[in-house]
Amino acid sequence: MTLLAVVLLAAGTYGLRLCGPLLRARTELPARTELLLADAATVLLCALVATSALMEGQQFAGWARPAGVLVGAALAWRRAPFLVTVLGAAAVTAGLRWAGVA
Amino acid sequence: MLAVAIGIVGVSFGAVAVAEGEPPWVPLTMSLTVFAAGAQFASLDLALDGAGTAAAVTAGLVLNARLALFGFALPGVHGRRLGARLWSSQLLVDQSAALALAEGEPARRRAVFLACGGALYLAWNLGTLLGVLAGGTMSDPQALGLDAAEPMVLLALVLPALSTRGRRGDDDATHSARRRSATRRAALAGALTALAATPFLPPGTPVLAALLGLLARRPERTPPQPGRGSRTEGAASTEGAAGPEGGRA
Repeated sequence: MTLLAVVLLAAGTYGLRLCGPLLRARTELPARTELLLADAATVLLCALVATSALMEGQQFAGWARPAGVLVGAALAWRRAPFLVTVLGAAAVTAGLRWAGVA
Repeated sequence: MLAVAIGIVGVSFGAVAVAEGEPPWVPLTMSLTVFAAGAQFASLDLALDGAGTAAAVTAGLVLNARLALFGFALPGVHGRRLGARLWSSQLLVDQSAALALAEGEPARRRAVFLACGGALYLAWNLGTLLGVLAGGTMSDPQALGLDAAEPMVLLALVLPALSTRGRRGDDDATHSARRRSATRRAALAGALTALAATPFLPPGTPVLAALLGLLARRPERTPPQPGRGSRTEGAASTEGAAGPEGGRA
């Protein structure tokens, strides 16, 4: 991560936060825009989950990592606490690697 | 309670960043200045995968666009003076906005916003610091499965928006269910697009290409109702939510 990227992300995020309080607009954004932005965030996060779980660079990451994430997802589905899901995912991946699965 | 949860996410952020090879100042500076878990993880993830500055920053900002919505939905919590507005804006995150929106009375609303935002800011940065210290001691992050922790954190952040289970406040369950299935369709289409594009596009861009998945939402059938609305849930992006007034899909 370069300094420039950190600075741009920080400045852009602060700018977004400042929109409302500075403009103090009474204008309501249309509900459709809200929903579109909400869905954009969801879509982006899901794509990140998929690519970072399955790919390493431009290649398949191997089975250990997606297997770990799958177990974590199952835990989350069963409403396990956040920490348990993350540690569970890491533990399964580590265990599989230890057992020789890439 | 909320702060503890955020602190734990902060620990994982700091640990993952440092263990994957970033210098400590990167996660520490990001947590101080950006203060948004999803965007920080997303940008870090893309940067570690070799994405350029533009892609990493764009992804982060798309995720944070919802913060602008909260800003509009919460008049008054930032105070009147310009200075107060400038610094208190930094405390605007999903949770502080949601809690403040739940309060009716303006003075209380402002107090809740500042208390919640401040506590989360402290917890997030303390957590990151702890994570950085812990991550520095890890010799082989792959052997510890840390690379699986990262997608898992992101998944935990997005899961509420995809869940089929009912939520509090849904007095219009069918609309909400239809809206959710549109969101899920878009998310699935986007994820498949990103995966298919990964071998061919430069790092970072496949995830942005996933936004094409938004086309998989069906066009709106019912015109949106005139807005009276509590935006408590409507704007809660990673929650992908539709409040009672919100979702026509």
